[in-house]
Amino acid sequence: MNTAERAVVLELRGVSRVHGEGAAEVHALRDVDLTLVEGELVAVMGPSGSGKSTLLTLLGGLDRPTSGEVFIEGQGLAELSTKQLAAMRRRSVGYVFQDLNLIPTLTAVENVGLPLELDGASRRTARRTALRSLEDVELVELADRFPDEMSGGQQQRVAIARALVGPRRVLLADEPTGALDSQTGEAVLRVLRKRIDRGAAGLLVTHDARHAAWADRIVFLRDGQITDTTASDLSAEALLGSGRHV
Amino acid sequence: MALLMEGPRHGYQLRAEFEARTGGTWPLNVGQVYTTLQRLERDGLVEGAGEADAEGRIAYVLTTAGRAQAADWFTTPVDKTSDPRDELSIKLALGVGMKGVDIAALVQTQRAATLRQLQDYTRLKRQADEAHDLAWELVLERLIFSAESQVRWLDHVESRVSRALRAEPASATATDADRVRS
Ligand SMILES: Nc1ncnc2c1ncn2[C@@H]1O[C@H](COP(=O)(O)OP(=O)(O)OP(=O)(O)O)[C@@H](O)[C@H]1O
Ligand SMILES: [Mg+2]
Repeated sequence: MNTAERAVVLELRGVSRVHGEGAAEVHALRDVDLTLVEGELVAVMGPSGSGKSTLLTLLGGLDRPTSGEVFIEGQGLAELSTKQLAAMRRRSVGYVFQDLNLIPTLTAVENVGLPLELDGASRRTARRTALRSLEDVELVELADRFPDEMSGGQQQRVAIARALVGPRRVLLADEPTGALDSQTGEAVLRVLRKRIDRGAAGLLVTHDARHAAWADRIVFLRDGQITDTTASDLSAEALLGSGRHV
Repeated sequence: MALLMEGPRHGYQLRAEFEARTGGTWPLNVGQVYTTLQRLERDGLVEGAGEADAEGRIAYVLTTAGRAQAADWFTTPVDKTSDPRDELSIKLALGVGMKGVDIAALVQTQRAATLRQLQDYTRLKRQADEAHDLAWELVLERLIFSAESQVRWLDHVESRVSRALRAEPASATATDADRVRS
């Protein structure tokens, strides 16, 4: 299976985002094109202020571009009403931030099942689906713990489970390992990678080269533009049939 | 020598074992191994153990002195400053002082190349992890950490050089000026 045959999950076409006006104008993103297919993890690196978080908020439909188009699973976001957009986000897109990812008064499994319940699923269905998602991040045994009874790395894994619960296939992560020590951060990336390999797409903003290296592609942003992209030498061959090794 | 700490070995076995444990990152030829063994024998660090086998190969063991030196090797830090060919440092050091050399581009090119390597090592490490091949995983992690440290150093060089350029208004470009404002 090559890239062309895999479903496109996320797409930016000629996207720009300008904040402010006149002299105070800030070009947070300039004419960015980016496509992510199923099973793909893309890392975004770049100096502070280069537009990384802006890119994620646009892809997640939390903000609208000044010009250009954003597509999630083939659906152009510009055509959606605010209400439709909110529903789309709930069903398709999961976010993981550096911290404050979980609701402290809900257990792990309740946190993970929350988007499903908000979308109308029964409590039982939500719990069953949430448990399956916790299994994917190797945490099912901690399902009934509250966030403050878990380590930082375990909490981030719960956040990943929630981001990709049920039908959700898009994961947007802004420095998800930023508050973790390097070993714990790596454990988080390992489950993230595994989960994406099994049929999702993810964009990962990170300052840590060792963490970015878990991605299929690394995109560099500078002053709102993509200046460079690296794909690992072996990935072409991996995409072309010998299959992924995970 | 370190491998001989585990018991008598033929040169041929030493080579196979060395390559297996390091995943073939530093290939050896059998000639190199035998030359080294002869030198070590001359210096009294190894000796032949018994008769040659049916194929005429002699197994070697460590002498007392050899055993002490092998143990030492594991506890002595590697002297990185003696790396004779740190080409990247030389390139940057020469380039910074030269007109017409785009240091930002040099840094980015190198960083992209190193990150690509880091991606490959990381993929191999994931495979090693699944195969429970700890020795190979540790070797890969050594490569990963050193590639990472190079990327961090390049990040530092980039910001250091751009700061230096901004301090020189004559050569500051428009984007440099923008960055100062933001
Ligand atoms: N709401 C806003 N109003 C005005 N300017 C903004 C707004 N949001 C972001 N910016 C500007 O857009 C640019 C890109 O910001 P962004 O948050 O995307 O950077 P970043 O790459 O995520 O940085 P960091 O690594 O520090 O998180 C910055 O110059 C920032 O000041
Ligand atoms: Mg940011």
